[in-house]
Parts: sequence; C-alpha cells; structure tokens
Amino acid sequence: MRRPALLTAAVAAAAVLLAGCGDSSSDTAGGSSSASASADDLKGTVTVFAAASLTESFTTLGRQFEQAHPGVTVKFNFAASSALAESIGQGAPADVFASASTKTMDGVDAAVDAKDFAQNTMEIAVPPDNPGKVAALADLAKPGLKIALCQEQVPCGATAKKVLDKAEITVTPKTLGADVKSVLTTVSLGEVDAGIVYRTDVRAAGDKVKGIEIPADRNASTAYPIATLKDAPNADGATAFVDYVLSADGTKVLEAAGFTAP
Amino acid sequence: MSRRTGAPAPLAVPALVAVVFLALPLVGLLVRAPWATLPHLLGDPLVREALRLSVVSALLATAISLVFGVPLAWVLARTEFPGKALVRALVTVPLVLPPVVGGVALLLAFGRRGIVGRYLDQWFDYTIPFTTTAVVLAETFVAMPFLILTVEGALRAADRRFEEASASLGAGRLTTFRRITLPLVAPSVLAGAVLCWARALGEFGATITFAGNYPGTTQTMPLAVYLALESDPDAAIALSLVLLVVSILILVALRDRVVRSA
Repeated sequence: MRRPALLTAAVAAAAVLLAGCGDSSSDTAGGSSSASASADDLKGTVTVFAAASLTESFTTLGRQFEQAHPGVTVKFNFAASSALAESIGQGAPADVFASASTKTMDGVDAAVDAKDFAQNTMEIAVPPDNPGKVAALADLAKPGLKIALCQEQVPCGATAKKVLDKAEITVTPKTLGADVKSVLTTVSLGEVDAGIVYRTDVRAAGDKVKGIEIPADRNASTAYPIATLKDAPNADGATAFVDYVLSADGTKVLEAAGFTAP
Repeated sequence: MSRRTGAPAPLAVPALVAVVFLALPLVGLLVRAPWATLPHLLGDPLVREALRLSVVSALLATAISLVFGVPLAWVLARTEFPGKALVRALVTVPLVLPPVVGGVALLLAFGRRGIVGRYLDQWFDYTIPFTTTAVVLAETFVAMPFLILTVEGALRAADRRFEEASASLGAGRLTTFRRITLPLVAPSVLAGAVLCWARALGEFGATITFAGNYPGTTQTMPLAVYLALESDPDAAIALSLVLLVVSILILVALRDRVVRSA
C-alpha cells in the first residue's frame, strides 16, 4: 500500500525537477533584459560563490533578493576568493562569482563581463581594551608590539602592505593570517595587540574589537568585482542577482556594511 | 605466518574498491604535479625550513604523546576509578572536534588571555602562541588520542596470563608493566606512534589557529601548502607531494623495522 504512494511522490518530484530544468534553459534565450522586467519568471536556485569578507552583506542581499523573487533560493559558498576561483576552474557548478580582488577575478576564464560593485579600505583592529595602546598607524612599528597581518598572497595582505609602504612603516608581524577572518580572530581573542583588516570586518565584529581608522590619504583599497559564469546552471537567476547587487538597493546594504562605492 | 592464498570475492571486491577510492585522489595529484619544478622547490630555503619544522615538531609531539599517552592508555585499560567513562570520552574529544576549533580551545586555555596562559604571561612574561612550542602543543593535542586509543585497544586484547604470572612471582605492578606488558604491546605502541606522527605531520587547523603562521617558527608544510594554494596551485601540489614522499619514506622505514622486530 505504501510503496505505490511513495513511487507517485517520487515521480511527481522528478517531474517538478525536470520542469524546473526545462524552464531555466528555455528562458536563457530570453536574455538578461527579461530577467528584471518579468521578475516572477525567475525560478530555482542561484548558487553564489563569494569572498569570505562578503559573508554578512551578501547574506542580507540574498535574503532581500529572495523576498523580491519568491521562486528563487540563493545558495552561498563563502571562502577565500582564490580558493573559490580554483574550484570554479575545476568545474564547480556556480552561477555567480564575487571576488575580493580583480586579480583573482581575472584568473577565472568562465567569468562573463565582470564589474566592480564595491571597494573596501583597511582599518587597524585592536582588542577592546587596546593593551598595546595603539592610537595610530605609526604605533604598529613600536618594538615589542604583537601584530597580525594577512599574508601577502591574499588580497587583505597585499592591501595592508600597500598601506604600510605608503606610510613607510616596517612591521614585523608575529603571524601571517591565511585570510582576514583569522587575523580578526587573533585580535578579538587578545593574542595580538593589533591587526590590519578590512573596515567591513571591524564593523561586522561589533564590540569584539576596536577599530582605529587609517587616514584616507594613507589608506589603500581593494576592488570587489562580480560576474556571472559561463555555463551557469541558472543563467537568468545569475544575471538577476548580479543586477540586484549593482542596484541602489544592493549598494545600500553594502554601504551599511562599511563598503564604499566603486 | 604468511601463507599466500587468494582472497574470497566478498572480501576482495570491497577491498579493491577501498584501494581505488584511496588511490584516485593521489593519482589526481600525481597527474597534475608540475614535476619539473620539484627540484627547484626542494632547493627553496623556505620549503626546506617548513619541511624541517614539520618533521621535528611532529617527532616532538609523538615523543610527548608516548611519555604521557602510554601511561594513560594503561590506566584506562587496567584500572577502575570513578569518572573513567568521562576520561575516555575526553580522550576522543580531539578526534571529534574540528581542528580549527581545537586551535581556538587551545588559545582559550594557553593563549595570552587563556585560563592558564594569562598567568604564564603575568608571572613569566611568556606567551605560547606564535612559537614553535605552540606548534608542538597543537599537534600533540590533535594526535595523542590516536596513540592512546591504539595502545589501549592492544592492552585490552593482550593475554593477561603473562601479567598474572609475573604478579604471582612477586613482581610489583610497575615491574610487570615494564618487563611484561610493555614488550607485549610494543608493536601496537609503535603502530600508535606512527599513526600519531603521521597525524601530527599533516596537522593544519589547530596549528594555524593556535600557533599562527610565520615562516621559520610556525609555518609547517601543511600551512605552506595551504598558503601556496592562494597564489600558485601548482606549487601547492608540488609541496604536498614533497610532504607525501617524505612521510611515506619514513613510514616505510619504520614499517620494515616494526615487522622485523615483531
């Protein structure tokens, strides 16, 4: 008795899945302009690979995007941009790639028409009680101070180096974080006296760290490009999501997180 | 002892599946490996430094595990005390815990603000994180359970009559442990030590979190591999091969010795 019921359910599910696939592929011919015009046609899952520093803002954007398009689910994969680029290169089925560096985006052959959607500047993060009494960038050169930086191969490390070079400061870090979040963790746990991270990370950390601003003339920034991907399983959804990130609504969320306009 | 007979199909087939499953990723690495750059990489002082640090710190972690782990294994296998179940569960915690979380836990205990670490800092002006000591501690934390569980299993399976005979002839428990029990389970102690060493050699998460990443002091091979992945995936593959070759050479050398002595 149970088995036929289960079977029917399975067949029905398969039919729905197939219908979903059919829809998205037939819609592709419609092009990108139809995506924003008839928003309710959008269906399925949009898979977004995004840089770790976008975790908070893109989660919010994704939720808003789903509200605007009830048929769509946005699925995120947050990790270091370079790791994401590598998995896209190995054929991971992603629709959209948002990177924390132009260089990483340039290395992704499948990226279609990448556009900058935000910029991030650097800020000094210290533990809330500021044990090293850091007040300005120049203090980072003080001997005996424990500093954490991102390693130079990742965007936050490259940008932090630009800041230090511009200020002509030599810093001997205790540790080189593999990504910006690991630097933030060592700072918030009080293991180091200061670290250089993105402004958005200081915002996202709340009162777990204290931010010390770097004057604009000494600061450096990194651009965040976003692109749809060739062979995206959900091409229409991908285009619509990228359009949303670039829209006024998208910019508002990004600016609230501490990003600046490109 | 080793009479050669063909394995029956119900055992041979799954065994073959297991071998293929374990071998395929390795084949993937070997196929993509940039063989031409290997000698060049081996000449790189940074790589040599990372390799040396890895081998030495894994050996130290294994030595510490032997000194403290074997007695704990004996206590778990041969004595009864209240809370034994709890202690045994504690031993498995590092196996279950994601290593990165293990690293954070180590910071909370031995870090500059940690339960114990803060007194080291206040009284002796000494902090463990970002030192080679931290690498060894992180590796010991993650790898020691492999040794303890292996040795405990062997002790439980060992023939107790030898120990009983020893005791009946007037030997104390310590003498019996030293002269009877330890030689009896020696092959398992070695097997456990090898497992422990191998796990320590590959340790990544707890190390990068607790010890940080700095060339020469805390950057072990797995860290170097991960970080190379950010900038140069080919170099990362080459580096992992180097680590793999070194570990296999050492394991084979040990294996032969164990087999001969057993």
